[in-house]
Order: sequence, then C-alpha cells, then structure tokens
Amino acid sequence: MPRRSGNLRIGAGASYAGDRIEPANHLAEHGALDYLVYETLAERTIALANLARMKDPASGYNEFLDLRLRGALPHCKCNGTRIITSMGAANPLAAAARAAQLVRELGLGPLKVAAITGDDVLEYCRLHADTLPIMETGLPLATLEGEIVSANAYLGADNVVEALRQGADIVITGRIADCSLFLAPMIHEFGWAMDDWNLLGQGQVCADMVECGANVSGGFFADPGYKEVPDLGNLGYPYLDMAPDGTGVVGKVAGTGGVINRAICTEQMLYEIHDPANYITPDVVVDFSEVRLQEIGMDRVRISGGRGRPRPQRLKVSVGIREGWIGEAELTYAGPGCVNRARLAEQVVRERLRIGGVLLDELRVDYIGINSLHGAASLPTLHEPYEVRLRFAGRAKLKRDATRLAGEVETLVGKGPSMSSLPRTYLREVLAIYSVMIPRAAVRPSIVFQAAPA
Amino acid sequence: MKRFFLREIAHARAGDKGDTSNIGVIAYRPEYFPLLIEQVTVERVRAHFGALVRGPITRYELPHVEALNFVLENSLGGGVTRSLSLDPHGKSYSALLLTLPVTVDDSIAQGLLQQGRTPLA
Repeated sequence: MPRRSGNLRIGAGASYAGDRIEPANHLAEHGALDYLVYETLAERTIALANLARMKDPASGYNEFLDLRLRGALPHCKCNGTRIITSMGAANPLAAAARAAQLVRELGLGPLKVAAITGDDVLEYCRLHADTLPIMETGLPLATLEGEIVSANAYLGADNVVEALRQGADIVITGRIADCSLFLAPMIHEFGWAMDDWNLLGQGQVCADMVECGANVSGGFFADPGYKEVPDLGNLGYPYLDMAPDGTGVVGKVAGTGGVINRAICTEQMLYEIHDPANYITPDVVVDFSEVRLQEIGMDRVRISGGRGRPRPQRLKVSVGIREGWIGEAELTYAGPGCVNRARLAEQVVRERLRIGGVLLDELRVDYIGINSLHGAASLPTLHEPYEVRLRFAGRAKLKRDATRLAGEVETLVGKGPSMSSLPRTYLREVLAIYSVMIPRAAVRPSIVFQAAPA
Repeated sequence: MKRFFLREIAHARAGDKGDTSNIGVIAYRPEYFPLLIEQVTVERVRAHFGALVRGPITRYELPHVEALNFVLENSLGGGVTRSLSLDPHGKSYSALLLTLPVTVDDSIAQGLLQQGRTPLA
C-alpha cells in the first residue's frame, strides 16, 4: 500500500558543487518541503574529489557541506524535511560523519544520517582495463596512456530508497545519477514498484525537470527582448509537487525571482538528452517523446506523459585519467590595427614554438571578440573591433612544454608587436573523463548509518 | 517571403556529455514549428557548424512541445575535460544555431515585423 495519498514536495537545493547557498535555505524555510535534494557532481567533480582524498583521506567530499547544512538543517528539522545529497562525492563516509557531528553541534538531534558507498569501482576497472571498451572511442581502457585515478559508477535510486525505509533523515551519496536523487523519495513515499517502468519513467521525467536546479526557474534563460526573467539576481530554486500517479508540477516559492513557464521547462527537458525515446538511467530507460507540459498557474507547469522501459543491465562508469597539461596565455591588443598586430603575434609565437622545439599535442589560437567560441562558423564582423584579446591554448604530455607555451606568449611584450596589455598565463593538469559500462553485479553498494543522538 | 535569423522564431539550450553536444530548439509559437521541421535540417546544421562537428548529427522531433533536439557527436574539442576551447561544454552552441537564416511567409513575416524584429538583407 502506498504510504502517502497526497502530494509529495521535493526541493532542488543545488545543481553543482559550487552552487549558491542561500536560495536553498530560503526554500527549506518557506517551501514546505518534504525533501530537499542537493545534487553536486559533474563528470569531472568526482575525479577531482578522488584526487583530494588521495592527498588527505579525511577529505574528498563537497567543500560546502558544512555551509549548506548549517543554513538549511534548522529549517529542515523544524519542517520535517529530509535531505538527500550527492555531496559525499569521493568520500560519503567522511561526509556523513561530518554531517552527524554538525547535527550534534547545532543541537538538532536525534537525526539519522546514512552514507551510500560502493560507487567506487576503480579496482574493477583496473583489473578489466584490457577488455572494457571506452564508450567514446570503442578501444579498451588499457589503450589510454595516462594513469587512471578514479572510476565511479552511476548508482540508481534503490539504495537511497532503502536508506529512507530504514529511517534516514539525511542521505549522503557519492556518484549517483542526478535524477535518481529525486526519484528515490517518490518510490519510497508512494510505494512504487521498482519494475513499474512507466511510473518510474514518468518520475524520472519530473526529476529531470528540477535536477539542474534554477535552470528550470529562470537560470540560463534570459535573453532581453526575447525571453524576460524578472528579478534574475534573486532566483528562487524550484520544487516538484509529485502526485502518486507520477504526474508532477514544477513550482517555486512566491516572491522569489525567476520564471517557470512552458518555454523554460522545454529547454530543461531537452538539456543533455540525446534520443528522447531512450534516455538511459540506472533505474529505468526513460521515454520523453510523449511528454506534455501545461502552464497551470503563475510559475507552475504540469508534467505528464513520460513513460519507461526496463532498466539497463549495465551501469555507466566515469573514469578519470591524467592526460598531460594545458597551458594557456592571453593578451589584449587595442586601437586601430589591433587585429593585424594580434595576427602578427600569432605568427611570432608559432615561430618561437618551432624554434624552441616545444612539443604540443594540440595548439589553439583564438581572437576573443571575433571567433573564440565558434571559430570559422562565427558570423563575420562588419567592422574592426576596438580591441581584440589573443588567446593561446596548448595541450602537452609534459608539464614543461605546456609551461613553455605560456612562456613564449609572455615574451611577446617587449619582443612581439606593439601596443598590447601584459599577458596572463594559466597552467593546469588535464584530468580527462572517459566512460565505460560495467555489469551491475560488479557494483556492490552498501548503506552505513551514523547516529546523531539528541 | 522574408529571411530572418532562426532566433526570431525559436529559442535554444545546449547540453554536453563527453564529446557530444545536444541542442534543443524550441518554436516560440506552435505555428512556427513546421518551419523548424522544414528548414532546420541535419544538412543545414552541418553546413552551419562546419568544422566544429566532426561526427554524425542526428535530429529528433518532439511535436508535443514544438521542439527539435540535435545531437552533434565529436563536437566538443575531444571532450569537455580535454578541450582547449573557452567553451568546452559548448553551452554557447545554441547561440550559433540561432544564427541560421530561415525563410518565412508573408503572414509570419508581418507578425515578426510588428514585434520589431529585423529581417536579414
């Protein structure tokens, strides 16, 4: 029997590691939420977190965990809101321990904190590197030259559901499919069967609508004169009102900035999906092709028509690999003739790299203000700009070569064309992400509780 | 018949996964959707993006929300994490797609002109 017949409200408190803090606190205070979800892992975030944990075994979880929980937990405790988050990143156990400690410090106990572990499949991927094909290239993982530093499987909703069933007030995960963080409370509260594919599919469609947070409530949407967003500086973060039949409504707290309409919901629905009839999640293969979106009130859009098919037998894994270094350098030329001087500077740098024998796997030169984002596909500029920023970026196997690219751009001042700013240079290690698929049986998640007594 | 940028009849958002970009293109009004179907084709998008896209391009149609979804493979400079681009995620590719010229009939052109939109020369 479903535990709940009325609506279920799930708020979106974050959609990436460095997301704003205070909108989630406002949502927790005024949103009458049953659940608050913080999704904080991009493809690369977890690989970086793994590197951090290698240096310090107590770290590797979201750096804003303290700040976020301090702001929202008192409201959540007061309103009976449970928290689900991927802030555990590469170290859910340490994050859960810290969360339990915070609950005690803030005097908000008793609360039960659960960590979901087991997404780390580095061992498995190293053992099977000779046979696991990389999705992007089709070649075995072992053909990559760099050192594999992380491998994290995208877990589904099932373990979060189990943690909720066991009474967790705060659930902290590592790598998990973004939507599954939102799907878990729907399954738990409505008692959905884990193989009711159409229901799960419709749930994931609703989850997809809010998993990028404010991107459905006014973020990354405004285009003055075309798409207006009121009070953009004070965006309210969205929530989902879910009904037991899987239909949902996206909304936000009255009085906050932003907009929720059919147009922005359509943008968000298509964001990062490929074949709309075959969107693969660990819990269900989602079919968006019959989804209907309906404006039913001020900043409220109803979502229906999502469907699903049986979940995949294999799970996607993000593999992080050290792949050399990127050196970048930029400087700006100004005034009439600036583009010609920048072009001459490009020739000089190319000549210096040749003379110096600098080994780059790839070199890119951009004229910022003219073609830096879309290259030859950019619309032609009718007039010479007043200024142009010249940018060099090069990837090298060795740090030395990436550094020398930046060095050659630095010497342009004094030895290149005239009348530019001083260059700024940047150097970073490449942590490339590739994907592989592994059997479900190779992933063994578990739930670890941390008690936070009163 | 007049020509306008696609931007006058549609809006768009781009996403990324690995070295694949996808761009959702959405008609501002249901009556514009047939124009998207007819004129925003895989062939035209390939010509418009040129060397930015090195792999296959696939178009999906979503008539219930008056939208197309374009999937551009091998289009993010080798992948978000390795790309040398200032926009490794291709978030701005939506803006490039909206500079595709489209031809509209006189009644739609009239409506766009009344909204203060400028036709292309």
